[in-house]
Order: sequence, then C-alpha cells, then structure tokens
Amino acid sequence: MLREVQLDINGEPRRVRVDDTASLLDVLRNHLELKAARYGCGAGQCGTCAVIVDGEERASCQLEVGNLEGRRITTLEGIGTPDRPHPLQTAFIDLQAGQCGYCLAGILVGAKALLDRNPDPNRAEIAEALSWHLCRCAVHNRIMAAVALAAKRIREGGPS
Amino acid sequence: MSIPASLAANPRLDRWVGFEEPGLVRVAVGKVEYGQGALTGLAQIAAEELDVGLDRLDVVNPETDLSPDEGLTVGSMSTEISGAAIRQACAEVRALFVAAAARRLGCAPGDLDVDDGAFVRNGAPSGLDYWALAAEVDLAVAPTGEAAPKSPDRHRIVGRSHQRLDLPAKVFGAAYLHDLVQPGMLHARVLRQPGPTAKLAGLDEAAIRRAAGAPVEILREGQFVAILAPNEAAANAAIGAAEQVAQWDNARDLTPALSEATSLKELPCESFPSPLPPVEPSNRRRFAASYSRPYIAHGSMGPSCGLAVFRNGELTVWTHAQGVYPMRTMLARICGLAPSNIKVIHTQGAGTYGHNGSDDAAIDAALIAVRKPGIPIRALWRREDEFGHEPVGTAMHVELTAELDAGGRIADYGAEIWSGSHTGGRGRCLAETALGLPAPPPFVPPGAQAGQRFSGGVLNAVPSYDIPVKRVTEHVVQAPVRTSSLRGLGGPVNTYATECFVDELAELAGQDPVAFRLAQVSDPRARVVIERTAAMCGWAARGPAGTGHGLGFAYCRYRERGAYVAAAVALHVDTEVRLDRMWCAADCGQVINPDACINQLEGGMIMAASWALKEQVRFSGAGVVTTTWDDYPILRFDEVPPVDIELIMAQTERSVGSGEVSLGPAMAAIGNAVAHALGARLRDLPYTRDRIARALLAD
Repeated sequence: MLREVQLDINGEPRRVRVDDTASLLDVLRNHLELKAARYGCGAGQCGTCAVIVDGEERASCQLEVGNLEGRRITTLEGIGTPDRPHPLQTAFIDLQAGQCGYCLAGILVGAKALLDRNPDPNRAEIAEALSWHLCRCAVHNRIMAAVALAAKRIREGGPS
Repeated sequence: MSIPASLAANPRLDRWVGFEEPGLVRVAVGKVEYGQGALTGLAQIAAEELDVGLDRLDVVNPETDLSPDEGLTVGSMSTEISGAAIRQACAEVRALFVAAAARRLGCAPGDLDVDDGAFVRNGAPSGLDYWALAAEVDLAVAPTGEAAPKSPDRHRIVGRSHQRLDLPAKVFGAAYLHDLVQPGMLHARVLRQPGPTAKLAGLDEAAIRRAAGAPVEILREGQFVAILAPNEAAANAAIGAAEQVAQWDNARDLTPALSEATSLKELPCESFPSPLPPVEPSNRRRFAASYSRPYIAHGSMGPSCGLAVFRNGELTVWTHAQGVYPMRTMLARICGLAPSNIKVIHTQGAGTYGHNGSDDAAIDAALIAVRKPGIPIRALWRREDEFGHEPVGTAMHVELTAELDAGGRIADYGAEIWSGSHTGGRGRCLAETALGLPAPPPFVPPGAQAGQRFSGGVLNAVPSYDIPVKRVTEHVVQAPVRTSSLRGLGGPVNTYATECFVDELAELAGQDPVAFRLAQVSDPRARVVIERTAAMCGWAARGPAGTGHGLGFAYCRYRERGAYVAAAVALHVDTEVRLDRMWCAADCGQVINPDACINQLEGGMIMAASWALKEQVRFSGAGVVTTTWDDYPILRFDEVPPVDIELIMAQTERSVGSGEVSLGPAMAAIGNAVAHALGARLRDLPYTRDRIARALLAD
C-alpha cells in the first residue's frame, strides 16, 4: 500500500511515499539517491547491500521500509565522505584493500558495526563478523588488515 | 626499432596523448579497469616516459572514438601489450617536444631534460613546458619507432607502488554503471529463454501486469521477451511473474550427470591429436592419472547491467564489458547499425574475471533501446540470471601419462584433454538466439591469426620442465551450456593436473617433490621462484604424509612464456579442508606497480582455493540450477588463510602480467597438500566434504 513513510537515515529524517513493503535497498537507491548499498543477490546472501539498523548490520534487500519507522539507519554515505573520511575508509585506501570494489560498501558498513561493538577485534573476530560478506576478487586479507588498522587508529585517538 | 603492435594498430600519437588542458596530460588507452589496476599501471608508464607527476595525468575513461582500439582486456596482457604501446607513444611525444623546445632555445635536444612537464636546460628552468609548446607540436602524426624509451635503471615511477586511481571512489560508495540514472529511464528485465531451442508457447500478460503494480510494457519478438517498467520494484515483480506464467516448448532438458567433468568424454567433440608418433614400447617406467575440474561460475558480485539510449539514429551504450570496440562491433551486427552511429562508453562494474553476463546485458539494453527511440533503457540481470545464464567456465577432464628414465627424470609426457571451448562463447549473445538472428562469424581470439585454432584448452598442458618429448591431444567438446573465458582459460586447470601429477611422479621416483622439480628445470628464473617459495614455506621441515596436516608445492611458467610462479600451501583436513597459510614467489618480469601486482597474485590464489575446495556449477532440466550463493558457495572471510607473496623484481625483463598466473600453482599446491595430509590422492575438483570422506574410507 502506498503511504508516507518516515525514515531516520544517517541522522536525518527522510520522508518517502512508497509501498510499505518496498525493500529498504530499493528506497535507498531509487528514492533517496543513496547508491552505496547495492544489489548483489536480493536474498541476503552476499552482503553488498548492508546497512546498520539500530547498531546491527542488516541486509537492506531483506527489510521492508514499513517496519523501519523510528529505527536509526546508517548507510556508507553516513559513515564517511571524501571530505570527512572515516578511519576505515582511509585504512582501506592506505592498504589498497579492494579490487573491483563492488562488495566494499557493504563490507565497510559491516566493519563499522563491528568496531562500534568491539574496538579491538582480532583477526578471527574480524573474519567472523565479515563472514557473510562475499568478496570475489579475494581481497579478504587486506580487508581484514585494514579493519584492524582502522581500529588501532581509532583507539589511538582518531575520529570515531 | 619496431613499433609495438597496439601502437601500430592506432598509429597516431594524439590518440594516446594530448596536452589540451593546462597542467594536465590526457592519456588514453584501450584497456578497461575492473579493479585489477590496469589503468593505474598504464598511467605510471605514461608518467614515467613523459617525466610528469602521476597527478598530472587525466586518464581517459575508455570510450569509442576517444580511446585507441586495443580490443578486449583479457589474458593478463594489459601491461604487456598496452604498456608497450603507451610507453613508446609517450617516448615519441616526449622526443617531439624536446626537439621543439631545443629549436626555441637554440640548443641541442641532448641539453634538455624534463622535470614534471617543464623543460630544464643544464639543470636550470628554461621557461618552457609541454603546455607552452602544445600549439606548435603536431601529435596527429604516426610513430616513427625512433624515440627510445627510458632504460629501467632510470625509472622513478615505474616499479614503485602507487595507490590505484580507481579505489577512492569505491570506498565512498560510488563508481559503477549500476548507479547511473538517466532522465526518463525505464527499467528492463529480460525473460531468458530456457535453452537455445525453446519456443515461447504462451505468456499470460495480464498476470504479469497485475503483479507489476505499475504500468509496464511487455516487448515480445520471437523468443525475446523484455519487460519495461517505470521503476525497479515493478520490473522485478513483473519478471518474477513472467517466469511463473511463461510456457515454453522444447526447453533444454539436461541430466544432472552432465555437471560432472567425466561426462565430457561422452559428448560430441572435435579432436586435435598430437602430431607426434605414438609412444614406442620401451623399458622405461610409465605412469598415468586423470584429473578434472567441473564447470565454474565467474560469480561476479554485481549482476550484469547495461544502459542504452537510441536518439536520432545514434546509439549510446554504457557497459562494463571487457572492451568498448569489440562491443561496438557486436552492437553494429546485432542492431543493424553502422559502427559510426554507435558510441560505447565503459563504466566500471563488478569484477568479471572473464566473459560473464556483461556483454549480454549491454546487448539486451541496446536491442530494447533501438525499439524504443528516445528512452534510456537500463537492463539489469538478477542474481539468478547471472548464475543461470552467463557463459560458464568450462569443465575439463585431463588424462596424463609420463615415462621416467633410469635417472627418474621425465622422458616422455603426454596430456589428453577434454574441454569445452574457453573462447567459443565470445560474440554470441543470448538475445541474438532468442530473436532468431543469423549466427555470428566465428570469434577470433586476441593474438590468434584468422583461421588459427585457439580454444584455450591446451594452455600449460605440459609442465614447465626440461622434458624431451611432449604430446598434447585436445578434444574440444560441445558443452551442454554456453561456455566462455574464465580467468586463465585452460591454463590453471592444466597446471593443477600437471603439477599434481608431477608430485605423483616424484613419489614414484622416490624423490622429494621440490628436489624432483629443481632437477628438471634449467631456467634460472624458474629456479629462483621455486627456491624462494620452498624457503618461505619451510619446505625443509616438511613432516611425514598422512597426519592430517599437509604442505604442498607447485610451480608453473604461465603459458610457457609468461610469469614464473611457485606456490606452497599448508592445510589440515578433518571432515573438510582448512587452509592454514599460502605462499607464493613470482617473477612477472618488469613490475610496474608492485602493490597492485601482489594484490592480483594473492586474489588469484584465493579465488583458486575457492575453485579447488568449493565450486561447481550444476545442471538439471532447462539449464544451470546453482543460481544462488547458497547453491554456489565460495570461500569466505573465515576460511581464507594468510598469504605471503614475494615478488621478484626483474625490471630489465619484459612485463608479462599477473592477473591469471597464480591460480594454477595455487590449485595444484592445494592438491598436493591434501594428498600429503591424507596420504591419499584426490584428483577431481572440488575437494568437498563428500570426496574427502570417500578418500578416507577407501584408504
């Protein structure tokens, strides 16, 4: 049913008129011009569409916007920008942790959710947290190193 | 001096380099970026030869008419082929400008040097730079081959790690074709024909419209059905409904057994026997074993996308396919337009690792666009389309024989290979078949002469040792589904087979696998990577076989002319294989961007590990049934081992590429490590839990 849905995205109230069963991924990409979360499988199996909802990492392709009113949603655009990069983004560039990069937006979101709950994760914890994310170019080791580097920089006083 | 082939094919310097914007250098190449770092590496070469900072380069996004035609971006050849062209082009441009500056300054060209684009005379600024002279130096000229590129010992930019130019956009969430929006754009989804012979017998259009929830147009022509919707939600709902209600006659009906590589021997094939006479009876020890890999998906993270608009007789297509000019040629043929009326713009997509659905998605968009003039059409494949309808990497079945001489050296080596074509799917699109268009001319792979056979199946068919007699017989099989290029073509599979077989031969000869290899390889560059890798992995302390823990080794010279790569893998096996660590030493000749090269080598090893342990495309009924990531698991973060890579910087040698070279050695090292761990040999990939269990029971 078409209706006005009020969403809290990256700390801003956003109103969209959509069917309340529309997926959050569809609304982000096609109604709000937020393109970082991207379609990979439509089944919550790959992680390319990941967002943070009330502190938890979720597959936006599996969420209906009608259920999200009053929830705090964070996308990669809300984590950092070229002018104000998050330490994760800086670390990913510093360690060249990416190839095609299609999976990176989702992985960065997953890494942010991890660091928010565990500021000093070891390799096994990073691997476990990211294990539902797929990366076909196989940059896993650099990604895990970049997450650890960002965590270290944040602990040592960078912006959170 | 000879002119590199790619420059000779695009023989005007201004196609490659220009100084139109003050302070910036336009550099255009015909290779495309998928995150492998091709454009950054080529930019480094250009900056090096022109003596400008990398930050002055404006690397042109590949587009027909704006970029030189360098065909497809395939085969780990960008640095070698395109690099040679841009290096020579820039050396010539530099020489023309130095000559012009010398004329202005009344000095000899040899008195001048270039510092970040400015001409320096005996160490002092001359007041001239490239941009000041741009108006008087005509670059619309052919290369002469007379300007000499810098010698490697003078390189300051080439051979040093530089951050990739494409990566920042990707960590901030923007970069892809999938994100482009055009005003008035319609979202297209194509109902795929269940096999090339299927005929559409019925389609309940009313049901599709009801499901869409928004007005949609249903375009039907032959067996081609496309749905055009004003938004993605409606497009997705409509295509889902269309799949439910479509009735097809004569759909393909495949038995699941066709998913297995052993079925290749039962299928029709074209055979190319070894020209050597049959093996003479001898008293040498003779051994045989067969190996296989099943069909493999490219598994791009992003399903393919194409965007096209047809306005005033001009077709513009945005694509993430592997080359803009080959795409234009294909579009011209399929859409019936003159190439001069088609513009193709490369826009990055997810990594393809070969020929996935990218070509098809662009053709889908274009075919719809020419039928709907003025309306931008975005055709997006769904995950199930990408898995279900992309051309897959072919299965291979490899039967090997070898004779050892009295000293335990390989005296006679034979490989008989059954493989679908690794290149045959090129240039044939699903939509063409559905529309009943005439069959396209046969695809001639890059580098092959017209009429020359090249299916990719015999690459690295023989291991890279000093072997006196080599026999290779190839059977190019008509696979039950469309097959096409996947990272390395037949090379990695053949290297897997041969390098596992070499370990078996070493055992039969009673020799240590690394010593057995070293005893039969005279090329010093090969010996270096073998010795380095053995040292890195602690080969000398390798434990006994059959403990559950294994250390395996492999070596290969890619395509017998490319990179020298050795790999080692440590793993353990309980109910399944768990990788503990991987090592690699590689000599890729002159390295342009060491960090990007290492990234490619490591990615190749981990992808190969995923193939070896997990992956198999399965068929049943109308086609591929492994259409989700649950059906087609790949290696995950918690299964990936640390990888150590040592790059041999052979800067005075020819650059030979790194993207495909580590996969074969990595797969073979896994095979050898599993055999070491189990004390029993598995030969058919993937090494699933079932196969491990069977090997242990048979023991």
